[in-house]
Amino acid sequence: MKSSVKKSHKNLKSQLTQFTGFLFLRLAVYSVLFILLYFFYDVGSQGYKAISWEFLSQVPKRGMTEGGIFPAIVGTFLVTLITALFAVPLGMAAAIYLNEYARAGRLTRLIRLSIRNLAGVPSIVYGLFGVILFVNMLKFGTSVLSAGLTLGLLTLPWTITASEEALKSVPDSYREGALALGATKWQMIRTNVLPYSIPGMLTGAVLGLARAAGETAPIMFTGAAFYLPFLPRSLKDQFMALPYHLYIMATQHHAIDKARPLAYGTALVLIVFVVLFNLGAILVRARLRRKWRH
Amino acid sequence: MKSNIIIPAGEIKIVVEHLNLHYGNKQVLQNINLAIPEKKVTAIIGPSGCGKSSFVRILNRMNDLIPEARVEGRVLIDGENIYDKDVDLVALRKKVGMVFQKPNPFPKSIYDNIAYGLKIGNHRSRAELEQIVERSLRQAALWDEVKDRLHQNAMKLSGGQQQRLCIARALAVEPEIILFDEPCSAIDPIATARVEELIHQLKKDYTVVIVTHNMQQAARVSDYTAFLWLGELIEYDRTEKIFTNPANKMTEDYITGRFG
Repeated sequence: MKSSVKKSHKNLKSQLTQFTGFLFLRLAVYSVLFILLYFFYDVGSQGYKAISWEFLSQVPKRGMTEGGIFPAIVGTFLVTLITALFAVPLGMAAAIYLNEYARAGRLTRLIRLSIRNLAGVPSIVYGLFGVILFVNMLKFGTSVLSAGLTLGLLTLPWTITASEEALKSVPDSYREGALALGATKWQMIRTNVLPYSIPGMLTGAVLGLARAAGETAPIMFTGAAFYLPFLPRSLKDQFMALPYHLYIMATQHHAIDKARPLAYGTALVLIVFVVLFNLGAILVRARLRRKWRH
Repeated sequence: MKSNIIIPAGEIKIVVEHLNLHYGNKQVLQNINLAIPEKKVTAIIGPSGCGKSSFVRILNRMNDLIPEARVEGRVLIDGENIYDKDVDLVALRKKVGMVFQKPNPFPKSIYDNIAYGLKIGNHRSRAELEQIVERSLRQAALWDEVKDRLHQNAMKLSGGQQQRLCIARALAVEPEIILFDEPCSAIDPIATARVEELIHQLKKDYTVVIVTHNMQQAARVSDYTAFLWLGELIEYDRTEKIFTNPANKMTEDYITGRFG
């Protein structure tokens, strides 16, 4: 007897199961997209009314019911820069050590596990740790430096993990090939592993930094100020930051109705800041890819 | 087990004495004694998992990369034990080049692939580099195919071209010994024929050790053949002898395809 390949009632059940299965998966994607789009719509439509040249370039005025958020923009930029200078090189170096040099054993596994766990520690805990270590013990005071380093600690687990993944994605044949040609281990890493893993490392680092730039808890005890009508002049000065400013405007302000439009504006600026940051990372990554792959 | 292991005529390049290799608790090679002649092709044959790849990786100490690998015995190259404490691995690997099973060009230009071993070593002038790149590519019979696109990415070459590129890359650092670890297992028959022709040319200047699971290949390219079985050297003799009149029953069974 010849069998038919046409659809029939015999395989109807499995077709139905497949259809409902895909439907649920599709709905999951759509609902996530919807929430995200609604969030952007809400912040965008409310926030854009507050945006003006004055808003971006002036200091807050009249008890933060007028004026702009310039000090907070500068503050967030500065603190993110310190976070990057601290966490990115250190994270990459630690990842190189863990992946290329450290002997695979119980100790290495334990260290790696601890690092992964650190990524899950609540950010307020990092904030309190920053107060103890940077503000008090190292006497950096409540400052851009203390806040930047605290955010750096928060970012490190992400940077290390992402960098290690990037190193793992380089095939071992590149390593063996280099060693077989008489390269030392460091030459092998420098010339035949790092070039191909740096795009991935940078992507991970930027995602971590974008996350850090939006954090409030770690900086509110270590350096962010409620209100400062001037810019920090040194690393030991306090600063205003977008996320903390947003938190104040949204929850701590006495004239909540007057402050709300400005809070939306601040939120929009913060989101744009983070998006630009990620976009920059994508561009850098694409350029490096083109240079090193085909 | 009766075994037949000869000492080849002429100059001996590599002497392996009482060699044992363990990976953790597993013994991979057992008491191997072997003398490899200079400027000849020596083939290592045997069924999968017999330790033949592990054996060639002993000769340039690539097994050092495996943390649980433990080597006992001596491997003398030009009379020096390469497992002595004061051995410079960089110098050893420049002297003993290797071509891997799967072509492994680096994702760099053809030129940079060939120049890789030179650039990490001593500084050389641009003109010198260019000259060595051309010479190596000619030696590997690849020059005519790539001379107009030296700065193109090497990943774009075909599998067979990639393998010849890897041979050229190994030749560029001027080794004395070249190890081939199943160099043709990932390329097509025509490309294989070219690589075999190349190996034939190379033995004028280099000592060649080739691992292969392809017995016809061993018969075609090699002067001496070693038959490994479960980590033991069963028979080692002139290739002609191994393939026409093996002394050991197991060798005969293996080359006639009765097992393996």
